[in-house]
Amino acid sequence: MSGGAWLPLLVLASSLVTGLVIFALPETSQRLRSSLNLAGALIKLGLVSVMLWGVYLGQQYEARYTLMPGIDFLLRADALAMLLVTLSAALWLFTTIYAIGYLEGSPHRSRFFGFFSLCVTATMGLALAGNLFTFFLFYELLTLSTYPLVVHRGSTQALRAGKLYLGYTLSGGAVLLVGIIWLHGLAGNVEFVHGGALADLDPALHGELIIIFILLIAGLGVKAALVPLHGWLPVAMVAPAPVSALLHAVAVVKAGAFGIVRVVYEVYGIEFAADLDLLLPLAVVASITILYGSLRALTQNDLKKRLAYSTVSQVSYIVLGTSLFGPIGTIGGLVHLVHQGIMKITLFFCAGNLAETLHIHRVSEMNGVGRRMPWTMTAFTIAAFGMIGVPPMAGFISKWYLGLGALNSGMDWVLLVLVASTLLNAAYFLPILHAAWFKPQQGPWPEERARGRLETSAWLLLPPLVTAALTLAVGLFAALAISPLEWARIITLREYVR
Amino acid sequence: MTPGLLYAITGALLFCLGLYGLLLHTHLLRKVLAFNLMGSGCFLVLVGLAQRGGQVDPVPHALVLTGIVVAVSATAFALMLVRQLYVETGRATLPGEGDDP
Amino acid sequence: MSPVLNWVAALDWIPWLLGVPLVFALLAFQFGARLAERLVVPVFGLGLLAATGLALQVLREGPQQHALGGWGAPLGIELYADGLTALMLLMTAAIGLAVVFYSRAYFRDDGRATGFWPLTGFLIGAMNALYLSADLFNLYVTLELLGLAAVGLVALSSGSAALAAALRYLLAALLGSLLYLLGVALVYGAHGTLALAQLTGLLQPGPLAWLVIALMTLGLAIKTALFPLYFWLPPAHGGAPAPVSALLSALVIKASFYLLLRLWFELFAPAINLPAAQFIGLLGAGAILWGSWLALQQRELKMLVAYSTVAQVGYLFLLFPLASFAPGAEAAWNGGVYHALSHAFAKAAMFLVAGAMVFAAGHGEISRLGGIGQQLPLGIFTFALASVSLMGLPPSGGFVAKWLLLEAALASGQWWWILVMMLGGLLSAAYLFRVLRQAFLPTPEDASFRRPPAMLVGSAFLLSLVALGLGLWANGTLTLLRVGAPFAGVTP
Repeated sequence: MSGGAWLPLLVLASSLVTGLVIFALPETSQRLRSSLNLAGALIKLGLVSVMLWGVYLGQQYEARYTLMPGIDFLLRADALAMLLVTLSAALWLFTTIYAIGYLEGSPHRSRFFGFFSLCVTATMGLALAGNLFTFFLFYELLTLSTYPLVVHRGSTQALRAGKLYLGYTLSGGAVLLVGIIWLHGLAGNVEFVHGGALADLDPALHGELIIIFILLIAGLGVKAALVPLHGWLPVAMVAPAPVSALLHAVAVVKAGAFGIVRVVYEVYGIEFAADLDLLLPLAVVASITILYGSLRALTQNDLKKRLAYSTVSQVSYIVLGTSLFGPIGTIGGLVHLVHQGIMKITLFFCAGNLAETLHIHRVSEMNGVGRRMPWTMTAFTIAAFGMIGVPPMAGFISKWYLGLGALNSGMDWVLLVLVASTLLNAAYFLPILHAAWFKPQQGPWPEERARGRLETSAWLLLPPLVTAALTLAVGLFAALAISPLEWARIITLREYVR
Repeated sequence: MTPGLLYAITGALLFCLGLYGLLLHTHLLRKVLAFNLMGSGCFLVLVGLAQRGGQVDPVPHALVLTGIVVAVSATAFALMLVRQLYVETGRATLPGEGDDP
Repeated sequence: MSPVLNWVAALDWIPWLLGVPLVFALLAFQFGARLAERLVVPVFGLGLLAATGLALQVLREGPQQHALGGWGAPLGIELYADGLTALMLLMTAAIGLAVVFYSRAYFRDDGRATGFWPLTGFLIGAMNALYLSADLFNLYVTLELLGLAAVGLVALSSGSAALAAALRYLLAALLGSLLYLLGVALVYGAHGTLALAQLTGLLQPGPLAWLVIALMTLGLAIKTALFPLYFWLPPAHGGAPAPVSALLSALVIKASFYLLLRLWFELFAPAINLPAAQFIGLLGAGAILWGSWLALQQRELKMLVAYSTVAQVGYLFLLFPLASFAPGAEAAWNGGVYHALSHAFAKAAMFLVAGAMVFAAGHGEISRLGGIGQQLPLGIFTFALASVSLMGLPPSGGFVAKWLLLEAALASGQWWWILVMMLGGLLSAAYLFRVLRQAFLPTPEDASFRRPPAMLVGSAFLLSLVALGLGLWANGTLTLLRVGAPFAGVTP
């Protein structure tokens, strides 16, 4: 192993070891657990920053281990991996802070934080995976480590959600596995490379390659919540707020979307996928998901459920961008991978704050809440505007590039989808904002704000404020060299210019 | 037909008879006896078929002797279990397999 | 290579593998449980060392042969060890050692220990002898010895249910071995030898060969509890004391499967036809689906685990149709053996930890195990790790096995087995999560827990780690398996 092998392994270890140690801690050693959690998250963020800088300078980080004859366990930090790795590392820190505040005094915290760390490890692993085999390892580890988080509360509803979640994700995993092994049989140990590796295969195999593509996308589409495979996502929101935040922003749905990005760009290669006529069907599925998710979000009264359907819709922007042939669409899809994460995690943090502080779970209960919790609702408002795509926020950048990309690739109808979706976004977010800021309060709050005190615990308030600020910043400073947009541009350049 | 083959065919018939008894009788003692019948059938086949060349083959003798030892110990063990079952339940049949005492 | 390893590899380990457990069994029988408990750890430790030494020799020098007492075939006993043998011996020794640690705590001040130790010695000795035997009649004798020791262990539990389970098991085992013996008699009659090495390639397609194949396969399928001949397994495995269940479910059924493998790929190979292999596979598929379905219906923890064995045995039999085409044959062989290995470790861990859970809760009713996660956190974690392997999820030995079997199915174009395996994986998740979800439920009000000895959970945990590790060190394991394997060198 070369020196560059240790960094990716250390990035994984920083949360894996933390998780395992936390499992062993007794329930009562709260201070130690919190310190460990934060230390792990900070160390990871530090390691990731070093790696990010190295990748920017063109350094190679690769760890390889032969697991079976012909099959390698391969971790490789390329530019695309760093997109998700950096996002996860940053948001893990915020979510950890948030979760420490959110779960204060509740039972089973060792179990919770242990699996929480495993979940982040799995996300990191699948981001860094250098081939489909390694990706699959972490993809399934993610399923297993999120199940305990979904059923954490142990209520009948939570266990039912857990059952549904497992049913969907394990079936998806099985389909994905068959696709991967099939591809393995045809093309050997397929590593992720820019431009894909399958274009040179015998044209007689193209029929099989199309079926494999469908299997892979179907398997990944379960986690990416592509319609009609999205059924688990709105149900899984019974989980505690930090879990929903993580699930919707970086972990599970992103794993699916990220996998689709890898398969299209670095297994098949976008040109080859276009040759096989695979992109148009993918774009259609993504568009249907975008519209369907938004429509369903409109009618939800439960706040977290409305956000969940919004996720169904928003994650498919990434898939949509992937299916647009041409660099600009690619940039739009990739950058949304980051933007959606930052915005959605803010929204879930805020929803959690409302539930935790004022026991507000429904949109209809939010009248006048802006005056009781102004900071929380400010963060919520920024993120909601970002989702709608109001300039200069994060979502606007994504939609702008997606629209341009659609025009460039000749799929003009996608513009209509984007416009319709934007209108629907506005239709389900604006009433919430209106009610919160302008409608009169309906009754006394269960807990009034004490003079000179924060509206809720500082642990809960800080993370959404930071992520809301990020939502603004990534839009305002999109031209800076370290912005997600620039990074997406670097990846795209490496993808198209070979 | 050589005598060897005759023995072998007799052995095969005994084996089938024993198999029939083992599967269809419910009384455990009969099952144990049926097992012994099957075993003897097997040994006859083993010795009978090996004598076809006209010369005496010593190997099957050694094998059958070993086989008999194994069968005897298995029978003893089975009888012990049957007796204990009878002491505990007052019946010599497996539960759910007929009711003869 | 270090000098210690060189020394280990230089000794002749084969007689030790046979003699030590048998001598231990006699001593334990003669001098009682107290002495046995003192002797058992060094004895089984030596067993593991011997198995490791033999594996090293096989890895370095290729297949090993040994004529017992200097007497070779035909009247003496010839022993033979290749990669498959070495792996099976290692598996037996490792699981045996873990079960020993467990049992010392489990049977403390328990009258059953008097019978348990000698029978376990005989069981392990018989199994080692079976794996090393190279002629058909010795295999019969070891098979019978193994069956008798196993039935004796089942009969350790008191009560008429245990006796009935033991008798049912005994009758099935005797029937199985007699069917096998009749096959042996026919082979000897036709070819005049019993040594597997000399018989390879001799059996030609024809009525006699088919009768032999049918008799031997049927007999061994009964002993391996292949669907629909599994009736004896759940009461015997589910009703026995936990360490016995672990030995039976993890190891004993693998012995008859191992024999079936040897016969199909060496003795029967020239006479096997496609429909026969497909038919065996069909029974395997039936086992996977029906066994899983029955496991879903169980209310008792140990019965659920026992029915899971019925289902998992099915995967082993998919090997036969999957290996019948040249592309994918090696992957199928590797996958089937790998499944046998990883199932052994995962199932032993699961039965042992189930015993600890029953001990802690005072009962085995799954629906009343709520709160077990707080009482036995490491226990439920062990159960979860073992489940991961049984479900075939990464990273675990079960996953490697599933990967290889799926690879074989895709390479040979037998897509119907893929559907069976996918469905089987999901069904296993369905029944295993019935237990795992209890960890997240609140403790029932009328529940009272007592703390089991640490060794109970500890030894199970180690086994589950090995099941996991098999997924990470597949390369070395497969290299050992390739020594002397029927498909070695055939590229898939």
